[in-house]
Amino acid sequence: MFYRIPEINYFRASTLEEALELISKLENVKVLAGGSDLLIDLKIRRYEVKNVVDISGIKELSYIEDRGDHVAIGAATKLQDIVESPIIATKAPVLAEAVNEMASWQVRNVATIGGNLCNASPAADTAPPLLVLNARLRLVSLEGEREVPITEFFLGPRKTVLRKGELLKEIVVPYERGAGASFIKLGRRNAFTLSVVAVATLVKVRNGIFDDVRVALNSVAPKPVRAVSVEKFLKSREVSMSAIEEGAKRVLQDISPISDVRASADYRKEMSVILTKESLLRSLERAGVKL
Amino acid sequence: MKVSFILNGEPVTVDVKPNETLLDTLRLKLNIKSVKRGCERAECGACTVLVDGRPTYSCNLLTAQVEGKEVTTLEGLRDDPIVKELTSKFVERGAIQCGFCTPGFIITAYALLKSGKELTPENVKKMLEGNICRCTGYKKIIEAVTAAAEALKK
Ligand SMILES: Cc1cc2nc3c(=O)[nH]c(=O)nc-3n(C[C@H](O)[C@H](O)[C@H](O)COP(=O)(O)OP(=O)(O)OC[C@H]3O[C@@H](n4cnc5c(N)ncnc54)[C@H](O)[C@@H]3O)c2cc1C
Ligand code: FES
Ligand code: FES
Repeated sequence: MFYRIPEINYFRASTLEEALELISKLENVKVLAGGSDLLIDLKIRRYEVKNVVDISGIKELSYIEDRGDHVAIGAATKLQDIVESPIIATKAPVLAEAVNEMASWQVRNVATIGGNLCNASPAADTAPPLLVLNARLRLVSLEGEREVPITEFFLGPRKTVLRKGELLKEIVVPYERGAGASFIKLGRRNAFTLSVVAVATLVKVRNGIFDDVRVALNSVAPKPVRAVSVEKFLKSREVSMSAIEEGAKRVLQDISPISDVRASADYRKEMSVILTKESLLRSLERAGVKL
Repeated sequence: MKVSFILNGEPVTVDVKPNETLLDTLRLKLNIKSVKRGCERAECGACTVLVDGRPTYSCNLLTAQVEGKEVTTLEGLRDDPIVKELTSKFVERGAIQCGFCTPGFIITAYALLKSGKELTPENVKKMLEGNICRCTGYKKIIEAVTAAAEALKK
C-alpha cells in the first residue's frame, strides 16, 4: 500500500438541504461529488480535511434538462452522462466534445461536471467550452441562491468565488442557435491525459462578417481564460484566412503560461496560436461557412 | 461505519473506516483477488470493478460511496457467456502475457460489450483507454475484444 487516505469523518447527504446544513455547520469540510480529484488530493496531502460530505446520492443535483433557450445541468451529473446525452449532443455539442476527451471511461463514470469546475484546476476541460457558451453557474447556500457568469467564477488555481457553506447547484448553458463551435485539446499523448493546452471557440457569421467570436483556453494561465484580444480583433471583421491568422496571434496577449511537468511556457504559447487558428477554422466549417 | 451493498449478487455488510477504499475492502476483507492493486491513483485500470454496471476504479473510491449499490467483479461473472468468450479470445490472440492487467481489461470489455455501444476498433480503443498494459502493446487486446464481439453476434 503506497497511498493512504488520512482519517476523515464521512457524511452522506441525501438531500440538498441536508448537504447545505452539513457544510455550513462543519469545520474543515470538503464536498465529495465523485471524489476523483478530492481523494487523490487527500492521498497526496494537498489539503488538510477533517470532514467530507458526500453529495453523489442527491438526486436533485443530477439531471440534464432541455429548457428551450438553455440547457440546465445538475452539478452532480456524471461526465459520462454528459457524453451520452442527446440533449447535450444537439444543444451544446462542444461540451460533449470536450468531456469525451476527459480522463477515462472509469473516471467519467464517477467524476462530475460540478467537481471539475469547483476544483478550479487551470487545466479543467469543461471550462473552455462552458466559457465560450457563456454558461452561468447557480450557487446555493442556506442564505439563498445567486447566479455567477462562469467568466467570474474562477479566481486562480483551486480558487473560486464559492463561499463557506456554498455549493454549486446547476450549470445553465445557453443554446447558441446557428453558431459553430469546436474544442481541441493537446496533451502529452493522445489518450487519457491532461491538457498541455486546450482551446474552445465559437463563431457566428452573418453576410461573411464575424458577428460573434468567442475563444477560451485552459492550462495557459492561473485559471481558464477567455481570449478577449482575439475576440475583439475578429468581431465585425470580414471572414478571411488572413484575419483568422492575425487574430489567432493576439491570443498571446491573453495568456501567461508557465513551464511545468507537462510542457514549457514557450511551447504552450506557440501551440495556443496554432490551436486557436485550427479551432476557429473548425468552428467556421461547422457554422457552414466556406473560406 | 457499516456499509451495505450487493457484491456479485449477494448482499454484504462490512465494517469499514471512512477513509477505506473499495479496493482495500474487496481484497483485504472480502477475499476478492481479481481486483488488482496497481497505481492506486486512478490511472492504470487494474482495480476496475463495476458499480451499478459501470466500470469504476475501486482504488479511488471510498467503500462508503457504494452504500446500496451493486458491485460486480470477475468472481461474480465466472459463468457469464460474454466473459467466457472474452477470456478464450484473450488466450487465443495472445492478449495476455504477465496477466496482471487482464482482469481489469476483461471486466471493462465486458461492460463495453453489454453496453450496446458501437464496437469499431477505434471505439474499443477509446473505451479501454483507462486500462494500461505494460506487456502486450494493446494491439492483441483490441483484436481479442473485437473478435469476441464478432463471435457473440453469431
Ligand atoms: C486519472 C485522472 C485523469 C483525469 N483527467 C482529467 C482530464 O482529462 N481533464 C480534466 O479536466 N480533469 C481530469 N481529471 C480531474 C477530475 O477527474 C475532474 O476534475 C472531475 O470532473 C472532478 O469531479 P469529481 O466529481 O470527481 O470531483 P471531486 O473530487 O468530488 O471534487 C473536486 C473538488 O470540487 C469540490 N466540489 C465538487 N462538487 C462540488 C459542488 N457541487 N459544489 C461545491 N464544491 C464542489 C470538492 O469539494 C473538491 O474540492 C482527472 C482525474 C484523474 C484522477
Ligand atoms: S490501481 Fe486503481 S487505477 Fe491503478
Ligand atoms: S499482460 Fe502484463 S500488464 Fe498486461
